[in-house]
Amino acid sequence: MEHFFSLFVRSIFVDNMIFAFFLGMCSYLAVSKNVKTAFGLGIAVTFVLLITVPVDYLLQTRILEKYTFEGGLDLTFLSFILFIAVIAGMVQLVEMIVEKFSPSLYAALGIFLPLIAVNCAIMGASLFMQQRILLDPATSSQAISSVGDSIAYALGSGIGWLLAIVCLAAIREKMAYSDVPKPLQGLGITFITVGLMAMAFMCFSGLNI
Amino acid sequence: MSKLFSKESKAAFTNPLNLDNPIAVQVLGICSALAVTSQLKPAIVMGLSVTVITAFSNVIISLIRKTIPNRIRIIVQLVVVAALVTIVSNILKAYVYDVSVQLSVYVGLIITNCILMGRLEAFAMMNGPWESFLDGIGNGLGYAIILVVVGFVRELFGFGSILGFQVIPQAAYDAGYMNNGMMTMPAMALVLLGCVIWAHRAYNKEEKK
Repeated sequence: MEHFFSLFVRSIFVDNMIFAFFLGMCSYLAVSKNVKTAFGLGIAVTFVLLITVPVDYLLQTRILEKYTFEGGLDLTFLSFILFIAVIAGMVQLVEMIVEKFSPSLYAALGIFLPLIAVNCAIMGASLFMQQRILLDPATSSQAISSVGDSIAYALGSGIGWLLAIVCLAAIREKMAYSDVPKPLQGLGITFITVGLMAMAFMCFSGLNI
Repeated sequence: MSKLFSKESKAAFTNPLNLDNPIAVQVLGICSALAVTSQLKPAIVMGLSVTVITAFSNVIISLIRKTIPNRIRIIVQLVVVAALVTIVSNILKAYVYDVSVQLSVYVGLIITNCILMGRLEAFAMMNGPWESFLDGIGNGLGYAIILVVVGFVRELFGFGSILGFQVIPQAAYDAGYMNNGMMTMPAMALVLLGCVIWAHRAYNKEEKK
């Protein structure tokens, strides 16, 4: 139980998808002008993470690695192609569900909903999960050794991304009224802001949960 | 020979190097630009890998562009890119293992690198193989240039070395000079990138005048 909680909290603050690993930057920068849409996108990303990371975990441990030991065939090289296929399929599913149950959210997100499929954060979470399977749960608080662990990791990563994008959207809304030099306007000042926020989040790196 | 290097072909190659730079202007491929640049060697390897993968995926998709059904366009593109990334990732693991460990997850994340998908959708789907190849090389090199600049600054000030060779003399350390630890942190990469964009915009503004 403690391990779940530790994984969950660490992936929100210490291993934050944006501030520690810079995953999902493109849609992060594009959608963060408005707090409402940023929140909607964050929820969508969290949901997609929650359904793809456990599926990828099961794929990796039950299928790819199993064949490694039985037939002497190392199938882990197929992991990239399989993961991206799972993600593309799941995003298609999420699109259909959102269109059916909440047409206003579908209209608000527009092109960014299908773009979640190529969001580095989703693929990155699966790839990090793949690395963490190899860690020993007894010595490392980051190890993932069960489906429950992968769910805690996915949920934490999604909420961390959501937190980051809502914070940036709130700051950018206020910055629209500031006096920024012309070449620095728009993208330049956004990068510097995110950099300062990343420095602030570095304070969490000593967290010992 | 003049047909091979016609005006359009040259433009496809030179535009992304400066005026249409994928990182500074198109704002694509930010994730990996920030994460792998803490030292110069991984930055160079990453830049070269992305150049090669962009060029060849552009060629492959351009060759089969007339036969891809519209509904599964994205999945086909993703699978082609994933296959190329798997090949490059294994080559890197075989020949430059220490760098591939440093790059860890980010080699796999080239699949979701916005530059690749962006160029496939915007260029390769509508142009012939040779122009697509040049466009791929141009965008890849434009990306690589920014990576090398950021990696150079970060390694020089963060470690006092370039490509592993100690550049700042021991005498300077004895006199009280200290390495800037922040430069090795992800947060500084964001601020540096903001400054690079600032410089790029200011320089191009003067050129346009």
